[in-house]
Amino acid sequence: MPTGKLSDVIVIGAGMVGAACAYYAAGAGLRVTVIDRGSVAGGTTGAGEGNLLVSDKEPGPELELARLSARLWTELSGALPARIEYEPKGGLIVAADEPGAAALRDFADRQRAAGVTAEEIPADRLHDLEPHLAPGLAGGVHYPQDAQVMPALATAHLLRAAGNRIRLRLGEEVTGLLTAPDGTLRGVRTTRGEVHAPYVVNAAGAWGGELARLAGVELPVRPRRGFVLVTEPLPRVVRHKVYAAGYMADVASGSATLQTSAVIEGTPAGPVLIGASREHAGFDRTLSPQALQRLAAGATALFPVLGTVRAMRTYTGFRPYLPDHLPAIGPDPRAPGLLHACGHEGAGIGLAPATGFVIARCLTGGEPPLDIGPFDPGRF
Amino acid sequence: MTDSASEPYDLAVVGAGPAGLAGAVAAAELGLGVVLLDASAHTGGQFYRQPAPQARAARPEALHHDWSAYAGLRRRLAESSVRHLPGHHVWSITHEAPAWSVHCLTGDDGSDEQPVRVRARAVLLATGAYERHLPFPGWTLPGVVSAGGAQAMLKSGLVLPGRRIVVAGSGPLLLAVASSLAAAGARVPALVEASGYLAYARHPRALAANPQKAAEALVHGAALLRHGVRLRSRSAVTAVHGTDRVEAVTVTRLDRTWRPVQGSGRRIACDALAVGHGLVPQIELATALGCATRTSADGTSALVLGPLQETSVRGLWAAGETGGVGGVRLALAEGELAGIAVAARLGAGRARGSRIVQLRRRRDRMRAFADAMAAAHTPGPGWRCWLADDTDVCRCEEVTAGRIREAVDDLGARDARTVKLLTRAGMGWCQGRMCGPAVACLAARDGAPEPPPERRPFAVPVPMSVLAQCADQPNTAP
Repeated sequence: MPTGKLSDVIVIGAGMVGAACAYYAAGAGLRVTVIDRGSVAGGTTGAGEGNLLVSDKEPGPELELARLSARLWTELSGALPARIEYEPKGGLIVAADEPGAAALRDFADRQRAAGVTAEEIPADRLHDLEPHLAPGLAGGVHYPQDAQVMPALATAHLLRAAGNRIRLRLGEEVTGLLTAPDGTLRGVRTTRGEVHAPYVVNAAGAWGGELARLAGVELPVRPRRGFVLVTEPLPRVVRHKVYAAGYMADVASGSATLQTSAVIEGTPAGPVLIGASREHAGFDRTLSPQALQRLAAGATALFPVLGTVRAMRTYTGFRPYLPDHLPAIGPDPRAPGLLHACGHEGAGIGLAPATGFVIARCLTGGEPPLDIGPFDPGRF
Repeated sequence: MTDSASEPYDLAVVGAGPAGLAGAVAAAELGLGVVLLDASAHTGGQFYRQPAPQARAARPEALHHDWSAYAGLRRRLAESSVRHLPGHHVWSITHEAPAWSVHCLTGDDGSDEQPVRVRARAVLLATGAYERHLPFPGWTLPGVVSAGGAQAMLKSGLVLPGRRIVVAGSGPLLLAVASSLAAAGARVPALVEASGYLAYARHPRALAANPQKAAEALVHGAALLRHGVRLRSRSAVTAVHGTDRVEAVTVTRLDRTWRPVQGSGRRIACDALAVGHGLVPQIELATALGCATRTSADGTSALVLGPLQETSVRGLWAAGETGGVGGVRLALAEGELAGIAVAARLGAGRARGSRIVQLRRRRDRMRAFADAMAAAHTPGPGWRCWLADDTDVCRCEEVTAGRIREAVDDLGARDARTVKLLTRAGMGWCQGRMCGPAVACLAARDGAPEPPPERRPFAVPVPMSVLAQCADQPNTAP
């Protein structure tokens, strides 16, 4: 088993993105040490729904990353145990009125041109896909490439799949970066000592900005809070990931005020998950009755059958938000040896494999699988 | 949604057990407008639980200590202006300046169509406690009941869980349960207590200051002797035998850390087992509002309270078990103290300073005793050795000890939250009330377990249609 001194790369953060970076780096032959101040999947990964989406992404660099990730997730689902609950269930976006439906169709046309599979669903066919949908909707678009995974289990099993090339140091917080007199990176200082390696990957998610500051560079990651409602276990009443057309506008918005759009999906374990609210409220975990009320109202409007179903619990998480809604992936030109893999906002689970794949290529000097210019951490 | 009044009450008391009753009555007698909410149809809470009217109990008080204290409070309640709302299940409390909103489901089981929102300038949380369970092989077999559940069956239904009942676990409740079961006609072949009773002797001052506690123990002790109940301390039920229901249990001696002593197991025939490991403060309404908590001597989370029972959140008071499990007399004192303190804050009446001094002294004395008692009954880390890999730990989601050990040893879980994410332990109907303490111990490996954070944003499950109308609502008079 490699010791602390024999790591080729240190990954900070044992969430989904950190796990994917470690997995692909180990697959490229590197010895990896993953450090987290908490548990595996203890941050945003453990507070998400596990969305693997192409449907909500405009043509552009993020969609390219999502398409690569979708292919890699298919591979991973074969390599990892079935317990990660990978489900290629497909997404269904619905519009309440005709202008909304027209906008959806236009959006889908542009995505199709970028290689996404998107099938228009007229109003009278919506119930073939989702029998419990409310009546009177104007239409929708079906995205068979959308999928879902249980993010905490996927992270844990990904970290284990690479065997002893990945070493985990949990409950250990990074307090500083170590540099040689000539400025080259030597590793990190933690609450339990020093760990040495020539490369450090910042996969600290919503806390990635703080980590960057330890290296003396600025990365404007901010937490964008979200609540998820969880119902009592049900037989399958929601088959796809279903959401209303307003969701894309909320994702793309930079507004600090509360935005909610119902995103509804069943899980193999039975409970239905209902997202998604977005607001900038720092790392405040206080329950927002207003956010929960809007989520419940949105969900019962789309699926009236949920009205009598009980919500068992709710949880909150912090999406790592960057102002241009693109993650920071790749070497930091301002701090040689430091790479970033954070700032994926609400898409981190979906974008993780492609991110890890890119990072592994950067570490081994290979050619990235796509143009990573738009993700350059030095762009801020 | 129905708002109970267009003007807020001065004080909403959540829970009509000893602490809530005492607080509501004290505040109302000082001139406050008080509303008293409880899920049950009766006042009295878990402690003064009463038979249903159809049971036609001639003397329900025969099963209770301190019935006179309750009878007195009930009379004062009837004479007061307190509005008692039975059948109100509080699922959340929110603050919308200048008042608190207490959100309730209504009906016996909370399933009535019409939710209710009660507004109040101050809130007193007297939500009591629930039982702590530690799993062991066979604990899911029919015939195994919780110690508190056996007591409740007796008090409310006047029925016994079996004819030959072993009482086991840890804590002072076991003495009371064993003596009431025996008095009601059951055979109790053994009372199995995991701690050593001598542990109290380490706190002679707390004991000496609380003579009525020693007297209580003597009364129970004498009753047990009379009924031929054998006390086995430093022992535990480590297995239950039977195919369809309990036929026997294995009682094993424990070392100081509660690890079973090899070869010391003895089989005792019985048809029921009443088992409990003390109580856990029920504080989720408070933690959802950000109230500070502390780890009490028995390893549970309790609210941090000021000298006059206020939580760390201004305007939110708590009394009784929410501040740490301490029993009925402490609850009565704290409830009254909180009621007086709220009245003083809201500028009502004139509280007698001497009464406050007296109540504070009484509370401090009883708290010290409660802490000593709690320390003596804290589960030792060795109890985890009772578990086989196939023992269910989370009954709702059927998660075994083996799955939890895998999450901790192989998958990187270091706390109860991550164990829950990776195994679903604690995600079911009881929301971890049953398995939380056990999961926390397993997650801590050999370190001291962090108590579960008692975070349940919904204190009871809420219909989505109720949630969909809970905020943004104008006030409407009834």
